[in-house]
Amino acid sequence: MAGASSGHVDPTGILVEANLHLADYIIVAPVVVPVLFGALLLMLRGKTRWHGQIAILAMALLALSTGLLLQRVSAEGPVTMTMGRWLPPFGISFSVDIAGALLAFVSSLIALTGAVYAASTTTTLERRYGFYPFFMLMMAGVSGAFLTGDIFNLYVWFEVLLISSFGMIVLGSEQRQLDGTMKYAFLNLVATTLFLIATGLLYGLLGTLNMADIWQKLNASGDPGSAARAGPVTTIAILYLLAFSMKAAAFPLNFWLPASYHTPKFLVSALFAGLLTKVGVYSLLRVLLMLFAQERLVLADTIAWVAAFTMLAGVFGALAQSEIRRILGYLVISGIGTMMAGLAVGSLTAITGLMVYAVHSMIVMTALYLAAGIMARLSQTSSLSASGGLYAASPWLAAAFLILAFSVSGLPPTSGFWGKFVLVRASVESGAWWLAFVILLSGLLTTIAIFRVWIFAFWRGGPQDTPDGAEAWKVEPLEKAYRQGAFLALGALVLLTLAIGLMPEALLSTSADAARGLLYPGDYIGSVFGGGQ
Amino acid sequence: MNTIIFRTVAPYLTALMVVFSVFILLRGHNDPGGGFIGGLIAASAFAIYGIANGVAPVRRALYFHPITLAGFGLFLAACAGLPSILAGVPFLTGLWVFPTVFGVELALSTPLFFDIGVYFVVVGSITAIALGLEDRMEN
Repeated sequence: MAGASSGHVDPTGILVEANLHLADYIIVAPVVVPVLFGALLLMLRGKTRWHGQIAILAMALLALSTGLLLQRVSAEGPVTMTMGRWLPPFGISFSVDIAGALLAFVSSLIALTGAVYAASTTTTLERRYGFYPFFMLMMAGVSGAFLTGDIFNLYVWFEVLLISSFGMIVLGSEQRQLDGTMKYAFLNLVATTLFLIATGLLYGLLGTLNMADIWQKLNASGDPGSAARAGPVTTIAILYLLAFSMKAAAFPLNFWLPASYHTPKFLVSALFAGLLTKVGVYSLLRVLLMLFAQERLVLADTIAWVAAFTMLAGVFGALAQSEIRRILGYLVISGIGTMMAGLAVGSLTAITGLMVYAVHSMIVMTALYLAAGIMARLSQTSSLSASGGLYAASPWLAAAFLILAFSVSGLPPTSGFWGKFVLVRASVESGAWWLAFVILLSGLLTTIAIFRVWIFAFWRGGPQDTPDGAEAWKVEPLEKAYRQGAFLALGALVLLTLAIGLMPEALLSTSADAARGLLYPGDYIGSVFGGGQ
Repeated sequence: MNTIIFRTVAPYLTALMVVFSVFILLRGHNDPGGGFIGGLIAASAFAIYGIANGVAPVRRALYFHPITLAGFGLFLAACAGLPSILAGVPFLTGLWVFPTVFGVELALSTPLFFDIGVYFVVVGSITAIALGLEDRMEN
């Protein structure tokens, strides 16, 4: 059967012939490692004692592999591996450029701190419900989405991370969690369906799903009126914009995020806020900026308006809320708006700023949710009016939250400053003064919203109606293991945002390279078709 | 279902269906069949056993929790990609060996192990859902 004939087929022109070295497998390692560990933890679901440690090991390996990948891509340019040895565009390719590798690396660092936080804070019940397998498989989905070079495969990784995130968000099965999960699940499924419809139309139009091949077919002649562009390309681009904006929680499709992110455990909110919406932003970059560059120019005004409204809706929402996690949820949305402003401008500087801001936002939003988790654990509530006196309870937490508050508002000396600085400069350069103004305004309002949290929760002597000068705070002391794990994770993220703020050169130059790779994807295309690996 | 005919037949039917599912799984490489459909057949076999005799005997007979089986399947499928590292070809490339066992040439390949992995994922997850629903019906 297959055996008898396969020896005689000439593989030239059908199969990839180059030999690979062990080092080439870091292209797939960020997906294979979490899948293997996720499956392992699923098998060990009855014996949960070592889950935390195994997860830390897995995330450390993930961070190591994505770090090596980023280093390699920065040095050598984009790399491609096509699964099953089939030549692209027929095989499913993993094509990694600097943008994908950078975001995959930062997300794996966040996952590592998340695993450290989880190891000391998850209960046995949560482990038995399968928190860790879901966590690992979600990371496989996130890494896969950042690394894949095939648009249908991107859809598959979205599904993987979405289904795992359903499991994580409903963990505990409280009524309000089910309520949040329904909103989250339904709206995300609608977005995924739009994504699938757009991909179906695109495949019908061009007959290919490989992103490099799509780019070639759309831009082959360089003529905007070419045969490929005669089809409904703009419609497809708008469908993608809609689907990914919904995933990223951009205005007016942002309402699902604050309605669901305050219900699960704090660590889950932190991971979602740090990772999932950024996958949406990355997909917008990859698809709209790289593949549909001409259509993005047509849609630039629309995207700018969406960005402005998203920023403002986010900060006004944050000002109106009184529960810490709802405030943070709105700040996530505001950050998405800031990134979309970069997409709307679309110049090299703007995309550089976008990448810097995305990295910053991943770190800071995760850290803020983790800090909110510790605050809620200390004061046994996450309502602002009922908390207070936390400065006396934990000065270190107050200091960490203060730094994060500076960072999320975009003030120096933190990472938030650089992202906003570059984005504002790019907007002004391209003549979009009003967009620069909105970015700065949203920064100002964010300052008010987040310092309101700091003043109420830390500075005030006790809950609402405590007289001035009095100290009426009461806190639950933390167990030693909880304190160590939680503060280690939070401290690492705070140091990271400070380090980027003080020494931004490395991130700025990597982001500029990433932006160049997205705007001029010649090397990316070359890594897929130019001889292949 | 409390008919004595069904309860008597169910164990034999289940055994037959599981054997058939393995046959479908192995047939799948070159003919219609494969891990997914084989897994569905096996899962429906366990569902039938559960309807006839209750959920507890099925769980006892399976020994492993269905979700554990699914995890094992995922692990096996992911591992099926790893031999390609040794061969220096891209991940998940189909690799074949043809050992002769008792004078019969066997065609063993990484796609086979991938398919067995799919089989276990489908058996595990569908059986978990079916048993969960049947549990609810009994109470």
